[in-house]
Amino acid sequence: MAQYVARRLLLAIPVLFGILIVTFMLARLIPGDPCRSILGEKATAEACERFAELKGLNKPLPTQLGIYMTDVLQGDFGDSIRFSRPVTQILVERLPLTIELATGALFLAILIGVPLGILSAMKHNSATDVATMVFANVGVSMPVFWLGLMLIYVFAAQLGWLPPSGRLSAGLISVPFYEVWGWTIQEGSVWFRPFEFFSNFFIFNSLITGDWEVFFDAIKHLILPAIALSTIPMAIMARMTRSSLLDVLGREYVRTARAKGAHERRVVVRHALRNALLPVVTITGLQMGALLSGAVLTETVFGLAGAGTMLFEAITARDFPIIQGFTVIIAAGYVVINLLVDVSYAYLDPRIRLE
Amino acid sequence: MADDKPRLEDLAAADEERLLDKPTGLWRGAWRRLLRRKGGVIGLFIIGLMVLVALLAPLIAPYDPNEVLIGKEDVVKRGDPCVHLFGCDSEKPQHIMGVDGNVRDQFSRVVYGSRVSLSVGFSTVLVAFTVGATLGAVAGFWGGWLDNVIMRIMDVVLGFPSLLLAIAIVADLGRGIRNTLLAIAIVSIPVYARVMRSSVLAIRELDYVAASRALGASKMRILVTRVMPNALTPLVVIGTLGIATAILDMAAFGFLGLGAQPPAAEWGSMLASERNQVFSAPHLVFFPGLAIMITVLGFNLLGDGLRDALDPSLAD
Repeated sequence: MAQYVARRLLLAIPVLFGILIVTFMLARLIPGDPCRSILGEKATAEACERFAELKGLNKPLPTQLGIYMTDVLQGDFGDSIRFSRPVTQILVERLPLTIELATGALFLAILIGVPLGILSAMKHNSATDVATMVFANVGVSMPVFWLGLMLIYVFAAQLGWLPPSGRLSAGLISVPFYEVWGWTIQEGSVWFRPFEFFSNFFIFNSLITGDWEVFFDAIKHLILPAIALSTIPMAIMARMTRSSLLDVLGREYVRTARAKGAHERRVVVRHALRNALLPVVTITGLQMGALLSGAVLTETVFGLAGAGTMLFEAITARDFPIIQGFTVIIAAGYVVINLLVDVSYAYLDPRIRLE
Repeated sequence: MADDKPRLEDLAAADEERLLDKPTGLWRGAWRRLLRRKGGVIGLFIIGLMVLVALLAPLIAPYDPNEVLIGKEDVVKRGDPCVHLFGCDSEKPQHIMGVDGNVRDQFSRVVYGSRVSLSVGFSTVLVAFTVGATLGAVAGFWGGWLDNVIMRIMDVVLGFPSLLLAIAIVADLGRGIRNTLLAIAIVSIPVYARVMRSSVLAIRELDYVAASRALGASKMRILVTRVMPNALTPLVVIGTLGIATAILDMAAFGFLGLGAQPPAAEWGSMLASERNQVFSAPHLVFFPGLAIMITVLGFNLLGDGLRDALDPSLAD
């Protein structure tokens, strides 16, 4: 198993290189001029020339690519054209929030979607089944941003249970764990950015430092956005689990299990579920892209400064380094998630060998 | 939602048809099966209703969607809904969905919004369907390097989160409904191409295609008259579900400020312009979103119903 994981990770390197090159080319192949989208439509030719020189955009494309690749290998994604700040720094600030949000959403989707699907398949054609499928159909038809706004209206404005936006309440600060523990890390140190990155997961950071006030506040702020983002994957998972379990329940070996007198719950849990969950796992892996698109909208609605909104702004402003850096990181995430999916296949179905 | 076991009525109907020796075409049979599915019928009903609303918008909407009512009527900016039937003072002008931030009748705007959403939904899919199906058919039928080139390009497009890619295209072409429509169409082309290619691959090996070939029909003729019509079935389902996605995406673009521009009565942008008023005037956010959801639900239900009706083996 360890060998398989190691080999898969090694195989991911050429894939990531490919992605690096493709993103680099795509960002430049699409017409449109970063100079005019940043300095304004009426920027003079001289101003644009100077801009291109400053940002290294006047060099031939292969040279630009070469410089870019060398930098990336050293962990440097370049500087944002718009903010003149390192892309790595922006990633460190923005990405943890989006990962927290997406993880929360996926967690909710699995925790509610899968049991709903199981229930609905076990009680096929009952009122529960119909209700679940109505919910699933409405769920996939709902605009994420609308649901977000309605959740804000009901749970924040009317009931006042949860905060309407932001990451933490005013006045609260999530103190990075390394500062709490009195570690002194130089800003130039190799450890600085990774540490800062992990400390920006507010829930994780406050958990390990034992700052419960921040911990519960951060969770409260995450609930509504996570619900909004989870609806579509939840609906898809409920449907997928239902149809896949129904399919498996019709198989011969399930009939055998029933014939030998096993309790229906045991038939489902011990015999059917393992096989039924395989397609569900695949779908979970494929939800990444949908979650990311959804994150753009969810972050906009809930006023969260995450990677989704950053990427959206970068695309509209043609901030190449940010687009590239974020895309590569997201692609790396894809690779890791698909690896997890493949590993869980082997767990669910021992016939599948990881070789 | 699908039933997994063949229904007794279905079997009986099939028997009857066989006994009467009445040939039924694929589409007629599918239509009948569709009408037996609750979801499909509800979907058809919703879409029919929406199409009627869009066609008859000038008759249904009490006001012009862009008419500013200030000074003309006793209304306030972002006024609450006023329905005479529900006890609203009959002296006051009736605004069943309230008045928006520019003092326009929200109901009229929602009604006119159906025109934008439906036409965007249909035309996006029309573009994506035509281009995608052609590319897929060519790739599947000719094979070889052409197949490789087309399908690898499709893979690259599919590799990106579709909403983000569409944003990139709109950022390039400029804001507005037409460019958004194109962007959504472009990012959905690969799906149609893939499905078309795989059904063409399966069909071109069938006996009746071989028969045509033996009779000396040209490649083009075989593709257009023998293969393509039969490969369309799964695409119809994808296309119907695609309209749902296109309407949702269009609304998302309107919401992000990239799609329809004010003062256009488009559901997503109507919602966006009032989203900060969700605390004080929730009705201005609620109704456009509800309209989006109902329309999208209609196409999703119809798509699912069609899938079950056209190919019972695909039923979930």
